[in-house]
Amino acid sequence: MMNSYGFRKLKNNLFFTLCAICVIIAIIPLASILFEVTIRGAPQLSLTFLTGTSANGGIGPAIQGTIILVCLTSAIGIPIGILSGIYLSEFGNNKYAQNLRAINNIITQFPSIIIGITIYGIIVLTLSSYSAIAGAIALSFILIPIVTRTTEESLKLVPNTLREASLALGVHNWRTTLNIVLPTAKNGLLTGTLLAVARIAGETAPLIMTILGNRYFFQGLNQPIAALPLEIYKNALQPYPEIQAQGWGAALILILIVLIVNITVRIATRSK
Amino acid sequence: MTTTIPTTIQEQNNIEQSQQEVTIDQTAKMQAINVNAWFGSKQILKTVNLAVKPNTVTAIIGPSGCGKSTFLRCFNRMHELAPNAKMNGKILLDRENIYDRQTDPVQIRRRVGMVFQKPNPFPTMSIYDNVAAGLKLTGAKKGKQLDDIVKHSLEQATLWDEVKDDLKKSGTSISGGQQQRLCIARAIALQPEVILMDEPCSALDPIATAKIEKLVVDLKQDYTVVIVTHNMQQASRISDYTAFMYMGELAEFGETKQIFENPKNKLTENYITGVFG
Repeated sequence: MMNSYGFRKLKNNLFFTLCAICVIIAIIPLASILFEVTIRGAPQLSLTFLTGTSANGGIGPAIQGTIILVCLTSAIGIPIGILSGIYLSEFGNNKYAQNLRAINNIITQFPSIIIGITIYGIIVLTLSSYSAIAGAIALSFILIPIVTRTTEESLKLVPNTLREASLALGVHNWRTTLNIVLPTAKNGLLTGTLLAVARIAGETAPLIMTILGNRYFFQGLNQPIAALPLEIYKNALQPYPEIQAQGWGAALILILIVLIVNITVRIATRSK
Repeated sequence: MTTTIPTTIQEQNNIEQSQQEVTIDQTAKMQAINVNAWFGSKQILKTVNLAVKPNTVTAIIGPSGCGKSTFLRCFNRMHELAPNAKMNGKILLDRENIYDRQTDPVQIRRRVGMVFQKPNPFPTMSIYDNVAAGLKLTGAKKGKQLDDIVKHSLEQATLWDEVKDDLKKSGTSISGGQQQRLCIARAIALQPEVILMDEPCSALDPIATAKIEKLVVDLKQDYTVVIVTHNMQQASRISDYTAFMYMGELAEFGETKQIFENPKNKLTENYITGVFG
């Protein structure tokens, strides 16, 4: 009796230790990246680094480019994604929606370089120029399926009794969705959407094929544009130590931007 | 082909057999005529006929799964919202069929309000907005007029004194019994003609139940009430007419006193005396 209890206790401890070890293994690479980027990137930070062009050793165009791309992508992708998610959740009880849902889930898993090549073929070749708008569209292709999915999942969490309560008051379907279902799902929607935005802010592969990069500040939607992930990628390939160092600085800035978005989400959704 | 034709004819025969000759009751507020309802291939209601008199409380009792909630939801066209739900037959509101092709279910639901089993105030709205929701979302009223309607509805639902200082608080911040009265106020605010209640007290304690019961009796001054209940004492306390349903059919319908004291159907008697159910 005592023996078997001891054995069970041992198994329990063993399992716990195993889980703890795995967590540590998972954290080590992440922590070391963060550590390395901070150590190497922090010395680069200065006002000229943040606002200057590459002529005076700054990454201003890349920061500006990333902000423009993120805003453009959000403007294109978030409304489409949320409306699609609403369709799938609220009106998705048919064959068409089931197929749409399956395709959407597949696109969510798509390698982003393939989306980059596709947009290269469709937009860059057509306009015969790399451009900001091509980059934003490529990023939208990544953003839309994620937002669609999180929207659908958040709306599905809203109890059906609330929809019934509203419909029983003689409220139309669309007003029920807008005034009852969406506000109830607000926190989930906000979290999901902002995390998706943070994800596209760090995407590199689709940008290589679409925006090309630019040494100067924003020159128009149909012109090549700079972006932080691309800047990091390019600087890392250069043999010159000072340019590599700028890459580290850019990496730190990108991580900070993603971190700020994440923290904002946490604060915005916690207090409710 | 040879096998399908007889089945169809047989089915048609069955339906014809089950159809009863029903005369339209001129005094009824609502009347169900030969109502059948299905979920998928499962038939829930079988040729139910029932007339609801104006300014009365009609209770629908019966064991779980007998179709009483489904029947109630046919009265304001909520049944058809469920996936795979079907129904046929007629339901008349002031002698007009609410299932007519040109009738908008949204209009019917404004005239026939509903209170659900579990209190379901809108969690993102204040107490005030919950009561005003029906009017605001259907674009009907604004401002001072709305304030008056909200106050009047809460008073009618006997909730005003308890919440008058907390109208800005969330609709889910009050107790379960208060939430249910809030839901009744929300239904009243639209000034429907009929109020349907689907076991409105089953999630409440006896004190809250007593308040709702008193309220239901008061409500029949202005409205016609149809209430589904599991609680037979409740049906006998508050209703004027009682319908006993069993296995999707209306086993017996009559004045509450007669149903409880002198049931004609053996099934009703057994159910009421607790032999089964």
